Amino acid sequence: MSLAEPIRLLLFLAGILGFVALNAAYLVWVERKGAGRFQRRPGPTEVGYAGLLQPLADGLKLLSKQLIVPPGADGVLFRLAPLMVMAPAMMCLAVIPFSETLVARDLNVGLVMVFAFGSINVLALLLGGWASRNKYAIISAARVVSQDVAYEIPMLLAVITVMMVTGTLNLGEIVQQQEGGCWRWNLFRLEANPLMPVTFLIFYICMLAETNRAPFDMAEAESELVAGAFTEYAGMGFGVFFMAEYANIAVGCCLAAVLFLGGWQSPIGVFPGLFWFLLKVYLLVFSVIWVRWTFPRTQFYGLLNLSWKILIPLSLFTLVLTSAAMKVW
Amino acid sequence: MSANAYIAADSGTGETFVLNLGPQHPATHGVLRVKLTMDGEYIRRAEPVCGYIHRMHEKMGENRTWAQFLPNTSRIDYLSAMAYTQAYVARVERAARLAVPPRAEYIRVITCELNRISSHLVWFGAFLLDLGGFTPLLYAFDDREKILDLLEAITGSRLTYCYYRFGGLCNDVDKDFIEGSRAFVAHMRPRLELYRKLVTDNIILRKRLEGIGPISAQMCRRYGATGPVIRGSGVAYDVRKVEPYSAYPEFDFDIPVFKEGDCMARYLVRMEEIRQSLRIVEQALDRLPEGPVMAEKVPRTLKIPPGDYCFAVEAARGRFAVRLVSDGTDTPYRVKLRTPSFSNLSLFEEASRDMMLPDALALMGSLDLVIPDIDR
Repeated sequence: MSLAEPIRLLLFLAGILGFVALNAAYLVWVERKGAGRFQRRPGPTEVGYAGLLQPLADGLKLLSKQLIVPPGADGVLFRLAPLMVMAPAMMCLAVIPFSETLVARDLNVGLVMVFAFGSINVLALLLGGWASRNKYAIISAARVVSQDVAYEIPMLLAVITVMMVTGTLNLGEIVQQQEGGCWRWNLFRLEANPLMPVTFLIFYICMLAETNRAPFDMAEAESELVAGAFTEYAGMGFGVFFMAEYANIAVGCCLAAVLFLGGWQSPIGVFPGLFWFLLKVYLLVFSVIWVRWTFPRTQFYGLLNLSWKILIPLSLFTLVLTSAAMKVW
Repeated sequence: MSANAYIAADSGTGETFVLNLGPQHPATHGVLRVKLTMDGEYIRRAEPVCGYIHRMHEKMGENRTWAQFLPNTSRIDYLSAMAYTQAYVARVERAARLAVPPRAEYIRVITCELNRISSHLVWFGAFLLDLGGFTPLLYAFDDREKILDLLEAITGSRLTYCYYRFGGLCNDVDKDFIEGSRAFVAHMRPRLELYRKLVTDNIILRKRLEGIGPISAQMCRRYGATGPVIRGSGVAYDVRKVEPYSAYPEFDFDIPVFKEGDCMARYLVRMEEIRQSLRIVEQALDRLPEGPVMAEKVPRTLKIPPGDYCFAVEAARGRFAVRLVSDGTDTPYRVKLRTPSFSNLSLFEEASRDMMLPDALALMGSLDLVIPDIDR
């Protein structure tokens, strides 16, 4: 295919927007349906077949509501925060290789870009919490910052471990190196680092924490902080935050699939790469939902302790082990 | 204390702000308001503000007849209505010298214990909800539904039962109820095992509860805290054992006591109490005597001899006592209700000092507060 570059970019832009919107809308449906099944109830059934139109109905309801900016709140920052949480998620998807050819921008520093934009998420929640002029929201904002700082470190250390094994920051190349069956996936490259599954686990836990998902949903913690940073948001302001949560989960799971599970590489050699990539991503997404409806929330300081006392030393150890292994072989 | 050991209570900045927890907050499960003076996430002072759902039950008692006050008793603690009705009914019966037939006493015990189980199940779900686990709530409500169906069949209501009458019960239980209760006991035991595997043994839950919110037996005594709160602090105080009433002396059951005094101890006390209540229900069903369920010759308008009467029962949240003062007419001169939630809440201010907000909410959840029970 030799499309002109501007047209190609426009198509990808539309594709990514569609992907994000579809995920944000339908992961809510999957979550509600999944939660229903975990709790021995059917979940949404009324709107459309098996409740499939529920996200549309929810969206319309949120759109039709008034956007309330609380008196005394910083109006500009308050309105900006939902945008700043949504936009980076879309940016991240620009470098994610969906299949061998399906990647919007095959950047050499793709991994760095994902993390650069991924970190903006924190700032947006901080802004949202701060600008709301609500005590619960401010507590939540303070929590988000310390939580995300704490979890960015082990996450990056886990990613650096992968980077050292693969020797590249290009996500497409990382996937290409994992060609040829499951045992070639970074997850199972035990010759490079016998603790590779542990690294994956660290990455997974950090991803849950970074996306503010249960059991680490400190920002929202509805039984403690009412709705945390989102307390004062009404209508679509809340809706965008809500959708961004799912967009971020999708990005996190895409990254996990690319880094550890061989991206679009097929374990058995049938079906196109896109199928395998999406399968892996949605299995991960499902596990994220599963975790949420199974575990209670951790304590805030327990969460920080987990990061500083367990995850960071452990990820440092795997990093050192990898470099030692690289020296030996 | 282990989990708390690494947070120094004095690590705050010294700058405080006031945070209003409630009257509308997801964790207070009702219209309780707690004024928190916070230093960051540390609570320096927690000041419960009651009265948002005050309904003047005690005053209402003074201007209606003895029988007319009966429905009020089930609306004080709506989750443990049976025990509250029993306290009132039993005291009036004793004062009016009405003999309750043994079958009625047995059925009172069965319904009280079923009610206790359903109350503990609601607490179990709501407590886990406080801790951020949503799923157990729906499992617990599923089991509770079975109890509500059983009780609905014999009493006609699902929550605010008015089943006991002076001298007995308003109607006898049928075969369906007895078989249904047996089936429920058989159903509930494996469910408790499931809850243990799914919830109690969960590492996150243990980290959140062990060593959090320690309450000493001394503190319980000072504030008059009773029920699972004092039993979680190592004191085997249960009205059913220390001041036996109704048919309780005839049954073999244990009082679960845990001496740690933390949230986990209170959690375990309640889970074990469900098991003990199942034992009582089973025994009562096995030995249910035949006969009438209503005393003979209950006067239409009851007049209680002048005097000052008091009676206590073990409700799901602790010791519930009624004090009735009669001047010999057909209405009480004074009704005083001693509710367990009020006393249990009163220790919150001291117990929550220098705790972090999520831990304090775990502590509040472990006290099992029912807000109408506080305000009455």
